[in-house]
Amino acid sequence: MRILTGNDLRTGAVVWWTGTYWSLHVEDAIDVTGEEDRIAPREEAARRVNGPYAIEAELRDGNPRPAHIKDRVRALGPTVRPDLTLKPADPAAGSWVI
Amino acid sequence: MYRYDKYDQAMVDTRVEEFRDQTRRRLDGKLTEDQFKPLRLKNGLYLQLHAYMLRVAIPYGTLNSAQLRTLADIARRYDRGYGHFTTRQNIQYNWIKLEEAPDLLADLAKVEMHAIQTSGESIRNISSDQYAGAAADELIDPRPWCEMLRQMTTFMPEFSYLPRKFKIAVIASAEDRAALRWHDFALRIIRNAEGEIGFQVFAGGGMGRTPFIAYRIREFLPTQHIFSYLQAVLRVWNRHARRDNIHKQRMKILVHDLGQEEFTRQVEEAFAHFVSLGEDFPQAEYDRIAAYFAPPPFEQGLGENIDLSDPAFAAWVKQQVVAHKAPGYAIANISLKPVGGIPGDISAEQMEVVADLAKRYSFDELRATHAQNLVLPHVRKRDLYAVWQALVAAGLADANLDLISDIIACPGLDYCSLANARSIPVAQKIAERFADPARQADIGELKIKVSGCINACGHHHAGNIGILGVDRKGSESYQLLLGGSGDEDTTQAKIAGPGFDEAGIVDAIERAVEHYRAIRNQDERFIDTYRRVGMDGFKEAIYG
Repeated sequence: MRILTGNDLRTGAVVWWTGTYWSLHVEDAIDVTGEEDRIAPREEAARRVNGPYAIEAELRDGNPRPAHIKDRVRALGPTVRPDLTLKPADPAAGSWVI
Repeated sequence: MYRYDKYDQAMVDTRVEEFRDQTRRRLDGKLTEDQFKPLRLKNGLYLQLHAYMLRVAIPYGTLNSAQLRTLADIARRYDRGYGHFTTRQNIQYNWIKLEEAPDLLADLAKVEMHAIQTSGESIRNISSDQYAGAAADELIDPRPWCEMLRQMTTFMPEFSYLPRKFKIAVIASAEDRAALRWHDFALRIIRNAEGEIGFQVFAGGGMGRTPFIAYRIREFLPTQHIFSYLQAVLRVWNRHARRDNIHKQRMKILVHDLGQEEFTRQVEEAFAHFVSLGEDFPQAEYDRIAAYFAPPPFEQGLGENIDLSDPAFAAWVKQQVVAHKAPGYAIANISLKPVGGIPGDISAEQMEVVADLAKRYSFDELRATHAQNLVLPHVRKRDLYAVWQALVAAGLADANLDLISDIIACPGLDYCSLANARSIPVAQKIAERFADPARQADIGELKIKVSGCINACGHHHAGNIGILGVDRKGSESYQLLLGGSGDEDTTQAKIAGPGFDEAGIVDAIERAVEHYRAIRNQDERFIDTYRRVGMDGFKEAIYG
């Protein structure tokens, strides 16, 4: 599957395309295969996202998992500061990146 | 230290308002990201993995307590309670919101700080010896020259759209604490046979994808012609630079393509032209700037004795305190490398502690080092114990300067959009493996430097042991390099062999270190042993 990501223009936060809005959580991302070139320019022009791009992902336990480690780090947050990640209470979050 | 006059303040304030307008237009959709990106980068604002990142300039690493308090306040108000000192003596924040960046810059301007030229194709923050003005071994304080160069080059049109970034360092001692020859342009202040002060000039150094150690291109340059000489160097680079190829734009590529002799010839030719224009600064201007760097009013008649009856304090003094030029004073290094910590990171609360210590014990001055530590440059020896106690309470009293756990590491893939692999976890695991202070002391000076990509922000080319993170088919892999140095005996590290995974690189380093301990001569540092036996002397121990 391919999912769409970018950064929130105002805050810089990592966001994922859900089909109707941009979410902070990669679990909300939907498969945009074949649609990315239509959605990304539209959303960027509307200033709802900055620098959107599509990435490869796989479904794991029903949730999308980015194929590349860089996007998994983006999805989670810095692995060396679990207190600052999106899942600070989840001890397995770091291993999800690796 | 240098203080802004009304012109400096007006320039910085105007720049803040200009950026506020640019940001507003970006948020309103009047500027596209392609249009806005070069504008934000000129104000040090990057877009990294998790958020915008702001890099704040700390000219030649010198700060006062009010500035550090403001940096702490910024960490709390605009970031997530911490900052990260970089390998260019700057500080950066990882969680900045674009909509708040203009207010942040306005706060910085109130304490005479900014983020100008911390990114983009410009002359970056000029770095220097973190012990400048305090070191027992320096000829003169190099910082007035850093400030002169900063003022000469900031906003100058010819230097604002360079082919690529350009890094300058200035020192004034034989011992090199600023990685001089890893810079595009570097000056060592020396005295010639006639007793005159001048510059030994180096050019063409740099790390990154294509590392080069700078050539010495002039043995002695009279100080009054430094502006003409720098203009000449930049003119030659501007004339020939490969602006068509991003990987060949740095000046080091040109210098090494032309060769030392031809590059120097062209610089000297251009230099003669610039000198003939008579645009070098008058002596009075140097005197005006130098007055800002007059030594603080050191107390006379102080004793040299330090009570070392507390063993933990004695260990800290032995490792962190170095000689000062003034009797009764010492230079105190503050480690930002706690075992298991993130190299260079410091919390807002810790910044405030250090600011208080600088105010109370160090003539209101402190320094950031390119090795991502801090320095209190002027501490009375009799105050060292009180300083140490405050550092202990703040978790800043590690005694590991230049030891194996004093690791330089870039932010790596945990934060940086350019990185291919994480640097910080590797640094943490090495520090944890060698956490025992007695073991560290036994190993002695050993400088490990970790980069998460070939851009080499973690200075792996200059590491006694260097580590380069690479992407191997989507997985992190780490190359091991040996034999680098950023000191006066500058050398470039060489790749030892095939790479390792994260656990493997720590084991490999331990094997290299234990091999060093087994074969070293008395008082021989790791780098000296490596130079004596070469890579072959280590390879078998590392790879079996």
